[in-house]
Amino acid sequence: MTLTTTTSTPVAITDVERPTRRRGRRRPGAWLAAAPLLAFVTLAFGVPAFAMLNGALSVDGSYGLGNLSQSLHGAYWTALLGSVKLAATTAALAAVLGLLLAQAVVTSRGKALREAVLTASGVLANFGGVPLAFAFVATLGNAGVLTTKLGLAQHGWSLYSFWGLALTYLYFLIPLMVLTVAPALDGLRPQWREAALNNGAGAWQYWRHVGIPVLLPTLLGGFVLLFGSAFAAYATAASMVGSSVPLVTMQIADALSGNVLVGQENVALALSLDMVIVALLVMAVHLPLQRRSARWLA
Amino acid sequence: MARLTHPPRPWRGAVLLVAGAYFLVPLLASFVFTVDVPGTGLTLSSYTQIFAADGFTAALLRSLGLGLCTVALALVLTLPAALAVRLSGSGRLRAVLEVVCTLPLVVPPVALVAGLGTVLKWGPDQLATTPLYETFVAIQKPSFPLILVFAYVVMALPFVYRSLEAGLRAVDVRTLVEAARDLGASWPRALFAVVLPNLRTALLNASFLALALVLGEFTVASLLGFQPFAVWIVQASGSNAQLSVAVSLLSLLLTWGLLLVVTGLARSRGPVKSRKKEAV
Repeated sequence: MTLTTTTSTPVAITDVERPTRRRGRRRPGAWLAAAPLLAFVTLAFGVPAFAMLNGALSVDGSYGLGNLSQSLHGAYWTALLGSVKLAATTAALAAVLGLLLAQAVVTSRGKALREAVLTASGVLANFGGVPLAFAFVATLGNAGVLTTKLGLAQHGWSLYSFWGLALTYLYFLIPLMVLTVAPALDGLRPQWREAALNNGAGAWQYWRHVGIPVLLPTLLGGFVLLFGSAFAAYATAASMVGSSVPLVTMQIADALSGNVLVGQENVALALSLDMVIVALLVMAVHLPLQRRSARWLA
Repeated sequence: MARLTHPPRPWRGAVLLVAGAYFLVPLLASFVFTVDVPGTGLTLSSYTQIFAADGFTAALLRSLGLGLCTVALALVLTLPAALAVRLSGSGRLRAVLEVVCTLPLVVPPVALVAGLGTVLKWGPDQLATTPLYETFVAIQKPSFPLILVFAYVVMALPFVYRSLEAGLRAVDVRTLVEAARDLGASWPRALFAVVLPNLRTALLNASFLALALVLGEFTVASLLGFQPFAVWIVQASGSNAQLSVAVSLLSLLLTWGLLLVVTGLARSRGPVKSRKKEAV
């Protein structure tokens, strides 16, 4: 599940925040109230994170980079690359298709259509994991309804492949993109377009010099958000394709459950650390972009 | 108006049509898959045998229980913290909580479970002689694994905290509390009679999101070797594909129902808020 965004959209605009700094009293009570949360996060998140880091960096009782370098070679490297490739491909496709769909909805006359698509997107963006995998297996798997009705197998179709998985991921990535870019498309004021047209610009020039530059932070931010969500996904792939498509999440799971080789746990931890680093990079790109695009949407 | 200066765009209809097909076909096909069983013909038996299926009720109840515990724990931990930020106006506390509640997003569930699994192995390996060992055993009871609740609270934290933050931002908590306190209400009374009712939507919102997350969660549970609902479906699929797809469709409807409620709440919050503002 990629639980995201259903709530975040309509809230932030009418903020009745008031400046609080003028009352500069120190209140230790505030930290006391937050203490249980901080303690819990330290225990339930901090300790496992430390265990991961510790395990990833320890080789035969001493610290070293052996696991990390092993996680960047051979089958592990292939899996890491496979995940990056799948995530990048699906995120790019979903970004373009989501933009098209959002634009179609935003510029349409019907308010009902718009509401329906946005609500459906909020729901579908959270549709990941096992049920999604099974819906696609029932549709396009070996004995799937479309596969048998249309004889897709003779045309070389297989759901249990890179493109099968990509098609499945798009099911929750496109709605996620629609939710991300719809507010930005709303923020493109008609006046800008009119001004451009009045000054003799064509539609293409308007998009080239006004529309796309304004949308760019949102588009890039959306892309990395989708990338992160596709990169971290495990349940869908695990319950659908097994290990026929090399993915880093699958490698970690295999190594953890000792399916492949005993004693690979630390390499699994190193792979997890690789994933966290990728996710950190994604966040480092996404957050500033989100802030930049917020300027235009205000 | 932009639309007056534009000819109708045929691409829009095409895009909507393709998107509609892409999103509807898998659902329809799944339904056909469950009712049109090869060799048997049209039948609803996939749906009627769900409740009789081995382990279904136990797995569902386990997931619901885990979900409710997750919601309760997440709210109990997050609400005081979010309120404290709001009431004290402490910039440093706010910054710390922002970071703490964003960090879980950076760690994919698979990586979280890798860390958790390692910690759990310390139990038998190193703590076997200490009283902590009993705790380790207790939180891993297969019938109700508390360790999953902890993991789920961590995973739900970003969403829960943000929902509460947004809810708190929409009402002027500090004025409310000061008014209540000035009128002689005790702290608990101010909290339960004034603040919480104003946060109803945000609380429900956060709860539904956390619940939906738990009901669909597969990664952590399956890798730690527990069997809540999503893991059960995958195991059932081995013996009866139709049944597992039918259960998937139903769980989908359930989750979507929950999320539709959330979306509905989020929408209805708009006008309520503006009315409140006029009143102030």
